[in-house]
Amino acid sequence: MQTSLIRKIIFDEKSRSLLVQTLVIGLFAVFIYLIVQQTAYNLEKRGISSGFDFLNMSAGYDISIRLIPFTSEDTHLRAYFVGLLNTLLIAICGCFLATILGFLVGIIRLSTNWLFRNIAYVYVEFTRNVPVLLQIILYYSILLHLPKTKQAIPIFENFFLSNRGLFSPSPIFKDGFSIVAWSFVLAIVFTFFLKKSLKKKQEVSGKQYPIFLINSAIIIFTPIFVYYIMGRPLDFELPVLKGFNFKGGMVIKPEFIGMLLGLSIYTAAFISETVRSGIISVSKGQREASQALGLKSNLVMRLIVIPQALRVIIPPLTSQYLNLTKNSSLGIAIGYADLVHGFGGISLNQTGRAIEIMLMVMLTYLTISLTISVFMNIYNKSVQFKGNA
Amino acid sequence: MSTEQVIQLDKVNKWYDDFHVLKDIDLIVEKGQKIVICGPSGSGKSTMIRCINRLEAHQNGTIIVHGTELTNDLKNIDIIRKNVGMVFQQFNLFPHLSVIDNISLAPIWVKKMPKGEAEEVAMAYLEKVKIPEQAQKFPGQLSGGQQQRVAIARSLAMNPDIMLFDEPTSALDPEMIKEVLDVMIQLAEEGMTMLVVTHEMGFAKTVADQMIFMDEGRIVEQAKPEDFFNNPKSDRTKLFLSQILNH
Repeated sequence: MQTSLIRKIIFDEKSRSLLVQTLVIGLFAVFIYLIVQQTAYNLEKRGISSGFDFLNMSAGYDISIRLIPFTSEDTHLRAYFVGLLNTLLIAICGCFLATILGFLVGIIRLSTNWLFRNIAYVYVEFTRNVPVLLQIILYYSILLHLPKTKQAIPIFENFFLSNRGLFSPSPIFKDGFSIVAWSFVLAIVFTFFLKKSLKKKQEVSGKQYPIFLINSAIIIFTPIFVYYIMGRPLDFELPVLKGFNFKGGMVIKPEFIGMLLGLSIYTAAFISETVRSGIISVSKGQREASQALGLKSNLVMRLIVIPQALRVIIPPLTSQYLNLTKNSSLGIAIGYADLVHGFGGISLNQTGRAIEIMLMVMLTYLTISLTISVFMNIYNKSVQFKGNA
Repeated sequence: MSTEQVIQLDKVNKWYDDFHVLKDIDLIVEKGQKIVICGPSGSGKSTMIRCINRLEAHQNGTIIVHGTELTNDLKNIDIIRKNVGMVFQQFNLFPHLSVIDNISLAPIWVKKMPKGEAEEVAMAYLEKVKIPEQAQKFPGQLSGGQQQRVAIARSLAMNPDIMLFDEPTSALDPEMIKEVLDVMIQLAEEGMTMLVVTHEMGFAKTVADQMIFMDEGRIVEQAKPEDFFNNPKSDRTKLFLSQILNH
């Protein structure tokens, strides 16, 4: 009787899998419990205090790259937010640039032009096979070896590239600029509705409108028009060379440019491969069927190939966004003041709360990554096929 | 009976690298004719009809469709493709679009038809292939036979006057072959000019005006169905027919 019960548990498909899973979870829980216990005991024995009270203490260090004001008197918590914003800044700018570059290179790799195709090929093979850290350091070093501010390279008259970064005009908003900004927002909203109504019109009359061109023109020219009507309520403070440095304007630090170039050029190589495989994955029959119906090649790409390629492109693209975001922690190597560099580095050294700080930083990355995943998964769902095709 | 020549192939040759796929193909198709093409695999029959709407380019000889010669001229290719419909072995429906969107896509984007009108046209052709109730479904939700009928409707929606069929029933279960052939027979009865690559000899006997047998890139035999099936001239044709009729 008893043997048959044991036999049943061990050899029954369902109860066996339940048993194994319970065992694994149990062992894992015991393992975590022991580690936490041991750590707490060790910390106490060495007289190391723990807790999150340090967050309200003054940080005592400066952060050179910041989106919100910060002085050495501010708290560690504020240092955390300065770092977080810098991480988000590099992640967003990086993903944006990497996507554009990646799609471009991916399409060029399928081009019939031998030269373009092979330039893209060499680019991909070089960048994706060299560690990203080395690339970041390379670009940063090149930026540091640019001419000194006195001999800065002028770009478009008012931008100056030097070993201290890119000096550029900073905007000064005068009265009435908010109206220009609002006209820009309204233009975007308007084009959204216009797109809908033109699509409706196309459905009714069959006439095709260059919707993208019309809308781009509206979005670009409306604010410019309003800007002149309002009497040009925007000034730029130009960077001017005074002595050994530029006065006025703003500067984009070489650390940021180095990170941006390193991360996006590296990740774009992977994205281009993803895009290329996505386009190839659309079967030849799909193109042939569209051609046989008389669709021109740009319409074949837009209506048939790209929508189907996205289905294959999106999941690995999500991985690349996550990689780029996490790789932004390499900023510590060249002194880009991201989350790991400031809060995860200097704050940690000063307070000694390694476990608390690392947990906070890890949870932050986890949150950012999961947020990206959620949005990309929603988008991914919208491009999948229905039924088994 | 008018004898307007709608397709003229004159000494058409084509190579894939060293492989000579089409050898001196001469073919004349008259308006309303139904031509069934058969032959062993690799004989060039699919390649020949794919040359007629330029899915493949021929390298030598001339192909004239409705008086327009097929060359590298993109305008000419467009004109011909608008008048020539094609149905594929693998259906090639667009999996990301619903059935009705599959059919109305080309009328909307190529003929610039208003969407409402295009959908009416699409529904009319779905009625014709007898599956109007599937309009909102996606290709992946249909059986093979239904998919192929949608593919036929999609081609017809462009109102072509010539239809090319490239082994339309080869990828289908035996039970579904009939529903597709019935649609094709109906189309034949309505006077459509048709070139059909198929091994369905029953269908061939029912609708064909001309039978063509191809082997190794050449047209070996061209004859009326009664002559073709009852007393084929070449030994190669006899062998082929004995193999596919007595299996």
